[in-house]
Amino acid sequence: MANLNLTLKVWRQLNAQDHGRIETYDAKDIPTEASFLEMLDIVNERIVEDGGEPIHFDHDCREGICGMCSLTIDGVPHGQDRGVTVCQLHMRKFKSGDTIWIEPFRSKVFPLLRDLMVDRSALDRIVAAGGYIDIRTGAAQDANALPIEKDKAEAAFEAAACIGCAACVAACKNSSAMLFVSAKAAHLNYLPQGAPEKQKRTLAMVRQMDEEGFGNCTNQYECEAVCPKEISADNIAKLNRDYAIASFKEAVS
Amino acid sequence: MSALSCCIHSAPCRFWNSSIGKKIIVALTGIVLVGFLAGHLIGNLLIFQGEHAFNDYAHFLQTMLHGYGVWIARIFLLTSLVLHVTATIQLTIANRAARNIEYQRPATVTASASSRMMIWSGSTILAFIVFHIFHYTVRVSPELAEIGAENPHAMVIAGFSNILVSLFYLIAMTLLCSHLSHGVGSIFQTLGLRSHKTALPIDLFSRAFALFIWLGFISIPIAIMVFGFGK
Repeated sequence: MANLNLTLKVWRQLNAQDHGRIETYDAKDIPTEASFLEMLDIVNERIVEDGGEPIHFDHDCREGICGMCSLTIDGVPHGQDRGVTVCQLHMRKFKSGDTIWIEPFRSKVFPLLRDLMVDRSALDRIVAAGGYIDIRTGAAQDANALPIEKDKAEAAFEAAACIGCAACVAACKNSSAMLFVSAKAAHLNYLPQGAPEKQKRTLAMVRQMDEEGFGNCTNQYECEAVCPKEISADNIAKLNRDYAIASFKEAVS
Repeated sequence: MSALSCCIHSAPCRFWNSSIGKKIIVALTGIVLVGFLAGHLIGNLLIFQGEHAFNDYAHFLQTMLHGYGVWIARIFLLTSLVLHVTATIQLTIANRAARNIEYQRPATVTASASSRMMIWSGSTILAFIVFHIFHYTVRVSPELAEIGAENPHAMVIAGFSNILVSLFYLIAMTLLCSHLSHGVGSIFQTLGLRSHKTALPIDLFSRAFALFIWLGFISIPIAIMVFGFGK
């Protein structure tokens, strides 16, 4: 395949105080086998050669498991491709002549650090509020020694696949973190090791989520559609159910 | 401890002030309102059964439980409506605030148009409810009040003979259909009763119910305006 000639519309912003703006870059002669981030590396090298400041963006493992990359491409977090992070998105998905809009993950809760980098530590604070088990649960072989229903084990495993990238928040029309919180809560609530603290965990994580100022879920399932790990919105239904039960138990106990 | 801080820390207050708690209130009051719509429609369709059936039904509503029944229903429905509207307005304000900077190039992957205009379809329906109550329940028009006291069936026919009334009714019912197509399915998700196995039946039920309500309600003004029913 011939190399691509693209136009990039990139959000540039010096720091949190700066007024950001969209700037236009030519991305000429991009190989189709490059990943989206490699394309940005190529563009950045050219910017640096010309004496400019490169486009700042978050990235780490570049193999889809760390949850660090966080670009909104043409309005969709991680791009139009389903079930992949932006580091796994390849330039063969684009056509020569395309104009690509690249923006950060938008939410009031994620302060912008620079260009396309945002501070997602609100998600860490939610996990710190209840996304853990208080006791030692042993090593890997101890987990295998516990009988766990297959359906529950699989549901917990699927929820645990969440890499905490915040694409769900970025895609949600209301900037809600429900898919993230529900996955982190479900992953422990399903399992016998996590079940004894289910009520405490559910209340603490939802309260921290509300405290951070995320929006409210309106059941539009944009989160599920963009999630690179394809976390199911079933987890949100479960969180709603668990929260109602936990609130009731707390009120009457 | 002042009375106010005591209230703020009470369990119902805490539930109301939490994101999920408030949504559960929206879902539960939604069930009440959806149930009312189904009952109201079935009652209204008695108009096609004839003047006698419809007027008997109106008389029954007014006199059940020695006349207290209608007021118990009204208070219950009004409370549900106020909670539903207050909660959704507060939620919408919080949702708008949570994204302070919009995307320069926004996109929608899967959210339906109905789901994105819930606050607008809801506001129009609220305006319609106010109008509808003044129109047919309070009967601010002396002419309609006179007919209505004798013959509710004739009052409905006379009311819908006004083209503006029928037009507003059609617009409101169409937006109600849109509101329900997202709202009914959302009840299941918010109450934690939806899963990938039941998602499709719930979505289909939600749309079918919305369509049933829409066709049922609009059939009355259309029969009167287009086919000259009752004239």
